[in-house]
Amino acid sequence: MADTALQSLAKARWRVALTLTAAMILLYFGFIALIAFAKPLLARQLVPGLTLGILLGVLVIIVSWLLTWYYMRWTSKHYDPVLDQLKRNVTVR
Amino acid sequence: MILLALQVPAVPQSSIGQANPVAIGCFLLFISITLGITWWAARRTRSTEDFYAAGRRISPIQNGLALAGDYMSAASFLGIAGLVSTTGFDGLIYSTGWLVGWPVVLFLIAEPLRNLGKYTFADVVALNRRPGPVRLAAATGTLATVIFYLIAQMVGAGGLIKLMFGLSYETALIIVGIAMLAYVLFGGMLATTWVQIVKAVLLLSGAFLLAILVLSRFGMNPLTLFSAAAAQYGDGVLSPGKLVANPLDAISLGMALMFGTAGLPHILMRFYTVPDAPSARRSVFYATGLIGAFYLMTFILGFGAMVLVGPDVIKSVDKGGNMAAPLLAELLGGTPFLGFIAAVAFATILAVVAGLTLSGAAALSHDIWVSVVRRGTATQAEQLKVARVATIVLGIIAVLLGITFKGQNVAFMVSLAFAIAASANFPALILTIFWRRMTGSGVVASMVTGTVATLTLIYLSPTVQVDILHHESPIFPLKNPAIITIPLSFLVAIVVSLVTGQHDTESGFDHRETQMHLGH
Repeated sequence: MADTALQSLAKARWRVALTLTAAMILLYFGFIALIAFAKPLLARQLVPGLTLGILLGVLVIIVSWLLTWYYMRWTSKHYDPVLDQLKRNVTVR
Repeated sequence: MILLALQVPAVPQSSIGQANPVAIGCFLLFISITLGITWWAARRTRSTEDFYAAGRRISPIQNGLALAGDYMSAASFLGIAGLVSTTGFDGLIYSTGWLVGWPVVLFLIAEPLRNLGKYTFADVVALNRRPGPVRLAAATGTLATVIFYLIAQMVGAGGLIKLMFGLSYETALIIVGIAMLAYVLFGGMLATTWVQIVKAVLLLSGAFLLAILVLSRFGMNPLTLFSAAAAQYGDGVLSPGKLVANPLDAISLGMALMFGTAGLPHILMRFYTVPDAPSARRSVFYATGLIGAFYLMTFILGFGAMVLVGPDVIKSVDKGGNMAAPLLAELLGGTPFLGFIAAVAFATILAVVAGLTLSGAAALSHDIWVSVVRRGTATQAEQLKVARVATIVLGIIAVLLGITFKGQNVAFMVSLAFAIAASANFPALILTIFWRRMTGSGVVASMVTGTVATLTLIYLSPTVQVDILHHESPIFPLKNPAIITIPLSFLVAIVVSLVTGQHDTESGFDHRETQMHLGH
């Protein structure tokens, strides 16, 4: 009983973790691919002093932060409470 | 305002390389504080759990700072600021690249590692069958990573301290060696962690202060700073240049940085210093925030040095551009601020070297001696003794390697350490955590393949063949082999595991999966 509940919780965590990892890979290698193949696009100045390249570089760091923040929020809302419940059941048994 | 800033003459006579009383004072202060911490920690270091894992009582915010401290080496502070100041945007590629491994550590590694292991990541991969050979392979992967990282740090330390304090190269290395041994030998992980925390706070506040001083010259607006750089050195400094000439090379380096972070033994060891998996998770979250903030500041410091000091002056002091941040500090805050920044850089090297030595010593004593030679029968007292002997051995090796590689171009050794971590340690670790059919033979084969393939391809690469051996052309075209070696290592792990697979590995995995979530 507890095991199947744990298994579905484990599945949910891996799903979130893998999705976020994929997002991270896409984000960073997308940035690298633009640097490699779309140099003129990144050289475009949006406002004086700010090229698209610099903006995207800053965004890579900020989006990395947001992804880790989302993961923290997800685990505290959906993972930790269920896990605590499961641990309590194990102790009772 | 901007014009005024542009006309400031670039440091006419720098006092870099002369004995600087503020630098020496700050450094002595750092040494006495950290030795005080070591004395305090030594009285709390009695068991192996204390020595390797600081008694598992480090809080998430403390561990977040210590992780950031372990990761932000002098190479990234001085090197990236220098790279941005001489190449502009191209340097920023590194600023972002060094951060992107951290979310991966958070999502995939931190919690399972904390729940499955005891002191080292070898504890986790050794959960497969054939723990003996697995531990040997994991310890080899750890030592290979640690040694290359150490060489880069020691050679950098010698050169840097010579440049900033006027000490001889050998004296500098011996000071680093002795101070680091004192921390690790007597204070174990507790002292090492606090040295990292003190250093991380110093480094972050030093960089922050410097960034604020730079921005104060440009109306607190980074865009004004970037415009000034473009006005002086052309729009090219704000857009991708020729550093990323070969896309495959850029992707390969990116893969080493992204997955190598998750395979660095001295980073992975930190997850055992916190009480439980949620604390491990929170500590990576804090570390990611701090490291990201630090690399964002290198944008400002790099362009600030470009505009205010000038690439020519920076390169005339040090060809590699490593003195950009210290020169900038001298220009903006005079000799005292230079002294502070120099002391911070020295402290940074010391702390990173201590962390590396401790994780190498854990591989030698916990993984090889206690688990393989003595098959887990060693007493606490014996384990601690072996760990301390291993620390001394590694300390001596580090100083000797530093002297051996004096004057060599060792910058590539950091990316080599990352490539080995990404190809030897990461695939075995992630497959053990994720994949039901992973076997001990798979782990050993993948770690050996990852290490050997990385070393071979680096030897055949342009960095060694052209830059060091001065051959006409390289045998292998890429500077970083990760794009080949990571997939190869995964492939070998999967094929060997499928061939050697046995039924009982699966029930073992069920138990492992339960433990991965519930803990011990």
